[in-house]
Amino acid sequence: MNNASPPLNVHDLTVAYQRQPVLWNVDYAAPAARLVAIVGPNGAGKSTLIKALLELIPRATGEVQFFGQSYAESRQRVAYVPQRTTVDWDFPVTAHDVVTMGLYGRLGWFRPVTRAARLEALEALERVGLADFARRQISQLSGGQQQRVFLARALVQRADLYLMDEPFAGVDAATERTIIGLLQALRSEGKTALVVHHDLQTVQEYFDDVLLLNMRVIAAGPVATVFNAENLKRTYGGKLALLDQVGHQMVLAGRTQ
Amino acid sequence: MSPFESLSLLAVTEWARVFLLRDYNTRIVLCGTVLLGIAGGVIGALMLLRKRALVADVASHAALPGIGAAYLLMESYRPDSGRWVPGLLLGATISAALGLLFAQGMGRIRRIKEDAALAITLSLFFGVGIALLTWIQALPTGHAAGLSEFLFGKAAALLARDITSIAVAGGIAVGVVVLLRKEFCLLCFDSEYALASGWPVHGLDVLLTALVIMMTVVGMQSVGLLLIVALMVLPPTAARFWTDRFEPLLWLSGTIGGASAAGGVILSALVPKFAAGAVIVLSGSLLFALSFLFGTRRGVWWRYRGTAATQRQIALDDLLRACYEILEPYLHSPDALTEHPIAQSELLQKGRWSLARLQPLLRLAERSDLLRRDFQDRWRLTATGRRAAIQAARNHRLWELYLIHYADIPLVGADRSADAFEHSLRPEILEQLETMLETQSPRLTVPSNPHAPHDPKLSATATEVRP
Repeated sequence: MNNASPPLNVHDLTVAYQRQPVLWNVDYAAPAARLVAIVGPNGAGKSTLIKALLELIPRATGEVQFFGQSYAESRQRVAYVPQRTTVDWDFPVTAHDVVTMGLYGRLGWFRPVTRAARLEALEALERVGLADFARRQISQLSGGQQQRVFLARALVQRADLYLMDEPFAGVDAATERTIIGLLQALRSEGKTALVVHHDLQTVQEYFDDVLLLNMRVIAAGPVATVFNAENLKRTYGGKLALLDQVGHQMVLAGRTQ
Repeated sequence: MSPFESLSLLAVTEWARVFLLRDYNTRIVLCGTVLLGIAGGVIGALMLLRKRALVADVASHAALPGIGAAYLLMESYRPDSGRWVPGLLLGATISAALGLLFAQGMGRIRRIKEDAALAITLSLFFGVGIALLTWIQALPTGHAAGLSEFLFGKAAALLARDITSIAVAGGIAVGVVVLLRKEFCLLCFDSEYALASGWPVHGLDVLLTALVIMMTVVGMQSVGLLLIVALMVLPPTAARFWTDRFEPLLWLSGTIGGASAAGGVILSALVPKFAAGAVIVLSGSLLFALSFLFGTRRGVWWRYRGTAATQRQIALDDLLRACYEILEPYLHSPDALTEHPIAQSELLQKGRWSLARLQPLLRLAERSDLLRRDFQDRWRLTATGRRAAIQAARNHRLWELYLIHYADIPLVGADRSADAFEHSLRPEILEQLETMLETQSPRLTVPSNPHAPHDPKLSATATEVRP
């Protein structure tokens, strides 16, 4: 196993929706055993970046490597925590069932869910403080509890890199503490987490590194050196008008072709 | 024997004939449609959870032009061969698949939403199908072609070989679901996560759609293409009212599908005037209605019962709290709570109830062993009632104090807002309230009434009553 390679290495990544680029030439290498906040205004392409890394949306250009390998080769080492709002919480499954889904990949095709897998899922639920809620149907959980279920599903995967899309959005204080405690535990195990984060006030407290994003990488590095007023102003100083205009022109040009 | 007797005897033998499956034809039909109902229910549950229930409807409607085209092709190849069923079904399959591809392609166009694309496809293909069918009917051989059977089904006239095709298709469908139940569960719940975890989401979707087309095409012969969608949507929707788990939902949906098929076939055998397909759908609707009303998972009846029970509890709490407040001045004597009598007029003075509402409430409290009545028509708290009254008064006071001290609610409003919330206070919140308010009076069990006229002796030492 190539342990010298960074958990994530992105080179010249450009992503476009319907020909309109939303992320331009992203170059980034995530350091190992760090908690990284992805910060930027709405529409800056934070979620898009994560989805493009996981090949959920096509890349226009660029190369992405996880631990020096392609995503297909390193899937088991990368865990994804999507936004809570992406699924229907009325779905007929329990919290325990959802966490077990994190083990389906390891179980493989056709194999029914084993007892061992269910036990492992229960342990993960315990780690996020929801052992008592294992048998609850997921709609009977609060928003924060639902977010923790998603986190537990990623935990059972025992990945080395965690990509989280706004895990702190609309959760209660208890959940926020649980999540941050878990993130710190993961870091001490030498694991890395990239977390889309909205609350600028807590960035310094929670994270080691920051990736400032607004359609392109504005700045990236340790919080102490990068997270300053000037960089934030550049990140949040409105949408980047020029990039937006050029993108729009590319769409128009495409239509008239 | 009177004519009436012979008639009833006939009816009895008829019922016996149907229910004991003496009739070969009934047996065949029952077998086939039940299999179809089971497989349709299982596949339908998956489609419903994938939020694609309409796809089955589009598939069945889009199959119609394929049937017409297949008939015409076979007739032109060799006259009189046009009614060869496998050929017709092949045509139906191809055209259903084309229809779904067409809908999918149209959905890619940004201006057209998915539901519009499905609706357009459905009507377009069905329109073409009807046009072809009417044209075939006008042909010299066409009238006997009997293609309209596919519209409404001919469950009552199924043949052994139709059953075989249904059994094979149903077996395949259920078998695939058994094998891939965990994969399908993931697909339906969180397809994006499935994709990120490396599952072939698109392939699974195609497989599921293929199973739907297969069940639609074999089901058309018995239920008819207009009603087949009901066999895929009604059972899982009904099953959802009984279970909150994925796998039980699948198998229960299959069971309900099978049961509605059986019910429909038996009914239509007894009353042959009704088309079996329609009766199957109606009996499915009946099962749905029963589930909707009485299902243990959010069925209307249980929800109503739950609300009624809560409301009774709230009314009783209010009554007991009123009793406590009436007895409060006498608390210095040890057994006042259980020994001091309360007159009905005292309760009425509280102004909370009219006489008409108070009396049944008192009777309810008596039945629940909370209050007892003496020969003078006065009331006393029982031992249970005493505990409950202390509890009710305490909850109310705690919440009131919280509202006054922490939520800045004025004294007048506090009483009413406390009424609204105190009944839904969970034990852990009550505990929090207690610790929060402990500073008020360290030994308090029931805090004193904040509305009571200010009497320094009373309010300084909150009444201590151990529940």
